[in-house]
This record gives sequence, structure tokens and C-alpha cells, in this order.
Amino acid sequence: MDVSAEAKRVMVQALSKLYSSRSQRGGLRLHRSLLLTLVMKSARDIYHSARAACESQELQESQELQGKAAEPPSDPPPPLEKPQQQEEQEEASMEEEVSSPEVSLEVPQRCTQPELDQENRSPARADRHSRKRRGKTATEPDFLPCKRAKMDTGEVLRILQDASLRSNAAGNCARGTDTLPSANTHMPRTVATC
Amino acid sequence: MEEEIDNRKINNSFLRDHNYATEADIISTVEFNSTGELLATGDKGGRVVVFQREQESKNQPHRRGEYNVYSTFQSHEPEFDYLKSLEIEEKINKIRWLPQQNAAYFLLSTNDKTVKLWKISERDKRPEGYNLKDEDGRIRDPSTITSLRVPVLRPMDLMVEATPRRVFSNGHTYHINSISVNSDYETYMSTDDLRINLWHLEITNRSFNIVDIKPTNMEELTEVITAAEFHPHQCNTFVYSSSKGSIRLCDMRSAALCDNHSKFFEEPEDPSNRSFFSEIISSISDVKFSHSGRYLMTRDYLTVKVWDLNMESKPLETYQVHDYLRSKLCSLYENDCIFDKFECVWNGSDSVIMTGSYNNFFRMFDRNTKRDVTLEASRENSKPRAILKPRKVCVGGKRRKDEISVDSLDFSKKILHTTWHPSENIIAVAATNNLYIFQDKVN
Repeated sequence: MDVSAEAKRVMVQALSKLYSSRSQRGGLRLHRSLLLTLVMKSARDIYHSARAACESQELQESQELQGKAAEPPSDPPPPLEKPQQQEEQEEASMEEEVSSPEVSLEVPQRCTQPELDQENRSPARADRHSRKRRGKTATEPDFLPCKRAKMDTGEVLRILQDASLRSNAAGNCARGTDTLPSANTHMPRTVATC
Repeated sequence: MEEEIDNRKINNSFLRDHNYATEADIISTVEFNSTGELLATGDKGGRVVVFQREQESKNQPHRRGEYNVYSTFQSHEPEFDYLKSLEIEEKINKIRWLPQQNAAYFLLSTNDKTVKLWKISERDKRPEGYNLKDEDGRIRDPSTITSLRVPVLRPMDLMVEATPRRVFSNGHTYHINSISVNSDYETYMSTDDLRINLWHLEITNRSFNIVDIKPTNMEELTEVITAAEFHPHQCNTFVYSSSKGSIRLCDMRSAALCDNHSKFFEEPEDPSNRSFFSEIISSISDVKFSHSGRYLMTRDYLTVKVWDLNMESKPLETYQVHDYLRSKLCSLYENDCIFDKFECVWNGSDSVIMTGSYNNFFRMFDRNTKRDVTLEASRENSKPRAILKPRKVCVGGKRRKDEISVDSLDFSKKILHTTWHPSENIIAVAATNNLYIFQDKVN
């Protein structure tokens, strides 16, 4: 889990730096914000790839276990096969891209036990359509600071947009389409800032 | 390369009896003028301090001309943009000298938003013997005046005065990072994150936009301009560098708007070096033409590269400044050092290049002999007239006696700004709020 832990850390730090640069003297620095956004995006992509690879690994393991316990191994059910291959391809391409010491990706990637990994999962899918407020423990991984107000993607976008409008063309406040490159909807929803 | 230290270790802080450095005194730019007679420094507090080299005296021929303070003035003040509710820092980002055309000196200084042209002139005579006022300036009672006299110019103590002659404002929405004077001596350009404007030195209420990389939709922004410079001889040519690690050369004769480049210099990324921080460390922080105009030098976080203008596919030479930091990028990202913007500089003959590093180290690379040296700018380690001792960073394993290990480096002591005399081996190095001037050994 080195990769995803590293990626998480980088993402969280990028967000906190972006957030604190709002109050910096002299206004938002476009170059720095752009670099932070790029880092955040690549960390996010790597994090998700790592997570997906991990999950497919788990799936494979559990299937192998089942297969061994029951019959001589038969092919995994067709719906699962394709995503697995995709994950493996992603993992392979990610490996090519990311091979610096900090981001060491070993094959096959061994995940920590599924039970412990609960906290690192994205919010439970069953909850998606529920309109009830989610409890803290269920949705907030403990690696993130919980004292400050949470910021979701919408908030991040709004901050970036505010900042870009401020440093944008003089007086033309009607230019509503201008936003900085956004962390789009794939961002885990419980990311918070320091 | 051996260097003798001049005894100038000029502390820019006017709070001389305090040991701490006030942030306003942090030097943010240094620049020799075209003859090397003057050296200008700008700081975070918006002040400019100009040093002048004293004339070499025949009595002490072994004592090379030293640099003394010539003029100090407040170039920029903090401002507030009421429309955007933004404070505009007074920090001087760049100073560029104009070539000397008369007895006065002219320089351009810029903060994030406004460029100013300053005239620095000497006054060593004053008129005396006015009829209508006396020597103190008080108006004389006309009834006491019985005769007329002609005022005469009498010598006075030298006074150096700086006056703002032009203020070029409201040209930039984003933060100005460079200015460059054209070889036609009539125009100059100012560069912010997304645009480059061309100004005439005489005209302050109008500028021409020559490069605009702002996308229609800011969400599509992928790169910004980090530095730009005019060619030293061809007044139609300039280059600008980007945060993606590329350099574009543009010719103003081809179109009014130089969004399309004439040449594009980029080295393909080495996939084995890919990391989270690849984009950050490939961002170019400085670009400089060689004096000959044949080569370009670029600085990114870990390397300095020399490019031949005739070869766009890859640099001619690549020099590792502090490759031992490659494995420390994560920590450098955490403490923000990875965003530091180092400058680089050529010597007068384009044979040696220099750039700064951490721990008050700076590096010189001899392009001909391929030798390089690491030197340190610090009070403790250098005595007047002593030869600077080369330093070495130990990368791992056994540390030799004089070496310093990577983990002991002080990352708060960084040399971002350096300048080299146009013809002699004299360098000025800014270490936070201290200015060091080093001269070559005299034989």
C-alpha cells in the first residue's frame, strides 16, 4: 500500500497548500496553483489505480481460495473477467509510468487484509442513494484531519474559481466559465484539508 | 576554479545591530549593468540598492575596485487593488539596466504588476548667489536687494538622486515574472504567467500584447510562461519558457501576435525518472541567452541545460546541479522547497555557467573543461582575501572530513539570484538578505 499511502499524502498536502495560498499576500500564484493541481491529479490517478489494482487482487485471491476449496478451477464468471484484465493492464501501464523509489509498485501488489482496508475505501456504495447524513466513522478515513470543516470537490472548485476570477481580467466579472483546472468528479468525496 | 573573496559582504539590512533578518531585506534580484560598473539589488521591501565599483587607484594596483553603495531608493510600495480585493506586493521581481547613453544611469524595476523606469544621476554642483532668495532658501525682502548678481555653480558634496521617469502600469492581469530590454534600446517586454507585452520606453499608456497563452476556458490551462528574454543582438527575436519544460523562440516579424512559435525546444522526458513531482521539477525557472546569441541556457529544479538555437530536439549540454535531491523530492515538496525558482547566468565569454543551490551553495560549470565546482557563500566559511574552498556534498556511505551530508543541508539558505560581471570574473551572489561579491584572484 506504499503507493496509495504516498498518493494520499501528496493529495492532502496539495489541497492544504492550495487552500493556504488563498490567504497569501499578493494574491493567488497561478503557476504554483497549476503545479499543485497537476500533482494532485496525478496523485489521484495513481491512488485510484492502486486501489483498483488492490481490489482486483483481492478479488482474484478470494476467487482462487474458493476455487481451491471447491472444484478444479473453472474460469471466473465472464462479467468479472474483463474488469480484471483492465485492472491488470492499468497496473502494468502505471508501473511503466511510475517507477521512482518513492512510488514503488511491486507486482503482484499485496493488499492489507480486507478488514483493515475498510477505512481506505471510498464511501460505502449502499449509502449513495441514502439521504441520511452519514456518520463520521463510516465515511471519514482516519488518516485525514477531522477537526476542520470538510471540503468536498465542489468547494475546492469554488475556491479555485474564486481565485482565478480575482486574478482574471480586470472588471469582467461576467466571465463565469473561467475556472482553474478542476479536480473532477472522480475525487474521493471525503477529502478534507488541513 | 579558484576565487579570491573581496571583503565586501554587504548586509542589506539597515537594522545592523539586530541578528535576525527582516523579511523586507531579503534580496529578490541582482543585476550588473552593461559595463559592470554598477550592481543593482532589489529586495522584498521594494527597495533598490545600487553599488558602484570604485576606480582602481594607482597607489594600490593589487587592490581591485571594490563595490560601495552608490544609491538607495524605494522603488515600489505595497498597493491594494480595490477591485479585486488583492494586495500587490512591493517585492522587486526583476531589475534590468538600460545601456548607458549619457551621464545618467537608467534601470527598469518591476514588482508583480508595475514596471518603473528609474533615472539615477549625480549632482555635484549647485547654483549659489540667487537674487530673490538667500542661501537657506528663504525669500529675501525685495526692498533689501540693492544690486543684481549672476548665480554661479559651485561644487558640493556628491549627491546621487534617483527619480522615477516612467511608470508602466495596468498592463498585466497576472504576476509579472520577467522584463527584458530589447537590443534596439527603444522597446522592452514584460512577461506574466500568461501574456507577454511589448512596451516603448517613452510610452506608458499603451503596450502591445505579443504572446497570449490564456485558454478561453481556464479549466483547460496546462502551462504558464515562466520567463522570457530578448535575443541579445536580433531585435525581432525572443524566447519564453514554460512550466512544462519547453522553450519557444518567436520572431516578431512573422506576425503581430507571436502565439505561433518559430522554434520549439523540448527534451522528451525520461520515463525512468517519472514520479509524482515530474511536472514540478521540469518547470523551467529561468532562461538566458548566451552573450553570443548562439546558445540558450535553461534552469529547472535539478539541472541546467545549454541549448543550441539550431537544435530543437534536445539540449547540447545538461549539468546536474544537485541530483542528490532527486530522492528527497517528497520532503522538498512538503517544505515547499520544490517550488523554488533558481536563476542561472553566463560569464562574459560564455565559457562558464553558474547557478545556485541550497545551504548557500552555488555551482559553476566550465563548458570547455567539463569541470564543475561547488562554492559556499557564508561569513563563517570565508575570510577576506581567502580563496574559496570547494565544497562537496556526500551522497551516501562514508562521509569524508570536509564533506557535508545531504541531510545536513540547510534548505532555508538558498541562493536563487546570482549575476556575473559582463567582462570580468566578478560575481554577485544573493544569500537571503546578504550580498556576496567575489572576484577572481589577481596575479
